[in-house]
Amino acid sequence: MTSAVSDTASGRPPSNVPVLQVRDLSVAYGTPRGSLGAVDRISFDLYPGESLGVVGESGCGKSSMGRGLMQLLPAGAEVSGSATLAGRELVGASDQQLRRLRGEDIALVFQEPMTRLDPLMKVSAHFVEAIRAHRPGVDKDEARHMAREALAQMGIPRTRADNYPHEFSGGMRQRIMIALGIVLKPAVVIADEPTTALDVIVEAQILDLLDRLRADERVGLILITHNLGIVAETCDRVAVMYAGHIVETGSVEQVFNDPKHPYTRGLMASTISLETTALHSIEGYPPDLVDPPPGCRFHPRCPDAMYQCREKIPEHAEPNPGQHASCYLYPGSGQPDPEEPPGTLAAALHA
Amino acid sequence: MPPLSGRRVTALRIRVEHALRPWRRANPMARRLVLLGSVITLGFAFLAAFPSLVAPYGEAQYRHVVGTNEDPAAAEGRCGDEFECEDIPRRLSPDTGFPFGTTSGRLDVLSRVVWGSRVAFSIVVLSTVLAMGIGVPLGLISGYRGGKLDRVLVTLMDAIYVIPGLLLAIIIAFVLKAYFAPGLLSAAAAVGVVYIPQYYRVIRNHTLSVKQEPFVEAARSLGAKPNTIIGRYVLFNVVQSVPVIFTLNAADAVLTLAGLGFLGYGVPYPQAEWGLDVSRAISDVVSGFWWTAFWPGLAIMLLVTGLTLVGEGLNDIINPLLRVRGFRGRVPRRLEPAPAADTPVEVNLSPAPTQENP
Repeated sequence: MTSAVSDTASGRPPSNVPVLQVRDLSVAYGTPRGSLGAVDRISFDLYPGESLGVVGESGCGKSSMGRGLMQLLPAGAEVSGSATLAGRELVGASDQQLRRLRGEDIALVFQEPMTRLDPLMKVSAHFVEAIRAHRPGVDKDEARHMAREALAQMGIPRTRADNYPHEFSGGMRQRIMIALGIVLKPAVVIADEPTTALDVIVEAQILDLLDRLRADERVGLILITHNLGIVAETCDRVAVMYAGHIVETGSVEQVFNDPKHPYTRGLMASTISLETTALHSIEGYPPDLVDPPPGCRFHPRCPDAMYQCREKIPEHAEPNPGQHASCYLYPGSGQPDPEEPPGTLAAALHA
Repeated sequence: MPPLSGRRVTALRIRVEHALRPWRRANPMARRLVLLGSVITLGFAFLAAFPSLVAPYGEAQYRHVVGTNEDPAAAEGRCGDEFECEDIPRRLSPDTGFPFGTTSGRLDVLSRVVWGSRVAFSIVVLSTVLAMGIGVPLGLISGYRGGKLDRVLVTLMDAIYVIPGLLLAIIIAFVLKAYFAPGLLSAAAAVGVVYIPQYYRVIRNHTLSVKQEPFVEAARSLGAKPNTIIGRYVLFNVVQSVPVIFTLNAADAVLTLAGLGFLGYGVPYPQAEWGLDVSRAISDVVSGFWWTAFWPGLAIMLLVTGLTLVGEGLNDIINPLLRVRGFRGRVPRRLEPAPAADTPVEVNLSPAPTQENP
């Protein structure tokens, strides 16, 4: 799990300096039963103007990763490892440093836009608060002007800046949230299921806006979602998460056309399309993260599980250039005993 | 100020309409109670604001001027030098030119009652300002920060809360007496301390729920300072519960003040205070002079009733859960079909029966 998953096959990012470097990031929640490792030693790089899709089923740690990067976790949660944003370390930064970074350098767009704005504050007041928290020198009129410009960029008429949140629809509120996130021109925007509560047309608009933002402002975008279609449409690269681990990364084309990790294959097979005749699902349930299975966390559900899968977590192998999978099926994963015949444990485990 | 544009006026009207909506939807009984309570309270507020318009004498005036057209209150100070003065007779019954009678101390009861409303209102306002000024910020900080501070404050406030209000007020008044001269301020402090836990409790509990709201997290994700979050995002979302506590506390504060005064821990004697007057009238009652205790007692009862009606009624109106289910209130006038002169008369699409009749 130490290999840096960085290069993209498409060569899309023009800059070779990653804006966000995540190394061995872990997020653990304290529970009465012990520490729950929601995110376990994940590493990735994000380049300016690149969009990275993070997919996985519910509870795999996608959102915990996003919040862990922002350090917006409930009391009792612990973040370890390293996340460097433009040369500045996020993990272990003081509250004040974090406060300065949030909004200014890294922004989070949440799901459920209906409740993310204070019902008692005008939309413009939210902007004034956010701007003046970071730039105390900006006077109110100037901040309001910046607000109107950011809103206009998101397709909200300038004249509506002084309305209250309840006077907007859900899609408009999500666009306001995005406008709030980008008004200070952060280098990285984390969008945590930004379209979950919205209908497909608004969803397309929001994704289009995020994509334009990425292209025009060279924002590094992390799109957290369980909707594979959204990732296929908007992202350059995909990271597939399972039980707190990143099990596979690669360009969208690679991962969607030729998934390498058995979990990714199962995930892809589970999507519903017009050709679907029967619902496919992955057998079993995600593991208990307080006491995760030893070795590869997917092995109890894996159709290709081998003896060594229970022993040690496989390293990231590179079956295709730029595509990494943490699985013993591929050379380079640190297979402990190459003589072991593969595929023999699967039947025994599922019996 | 520039003239308001049409749009702005409309927006203002919409906002006023919006603010009045709970009132319109409220139970008619609740509205009547609020109106009745408001009339009583405003009546006393008027007396408190302009006592000299109603009261024929000053609160501690025991003699009156005879034979002058000058303002009697102003002339009273120059008794003996320029004007001839006459003591107010003791214990006159209410039908002798002194509408509420006089006391054994030569004071006019009507004037005492009117001036007493000023003390009552001053104490209500001062004590509430004190209780709010301490209770609300403590509740906000305690609810938002949580942790040990919260534990300590909750325990402390609970400890204060278990002591009966009047007893606590007496203790505070007793302590304050040792350091300050008794007066309006120390009485207000004694009464105010009693209500701090109520504001604290309500605001803290409300803060606990508001701080979990997604918009608070959103504000944090944009780098808002904790002070901004408390003062801007949380405060305005919890402050709505304050008016109801205020109106209910105000009634209680009048009673507590009267109790303090009755026991002699309120404002000092020459000042007109209802509880004090009732306590000084106790010996009169035994001798058959009913009016010295009756009128201040009635004033206490009326003002407490008025304030309680406003408080309970507001609670009904603001808190929708208490509203009578299914009651929709008066239909707004604009929704009723208006007689339109410019629209054509409604066309009947079904064949008219008259055509078929020969």
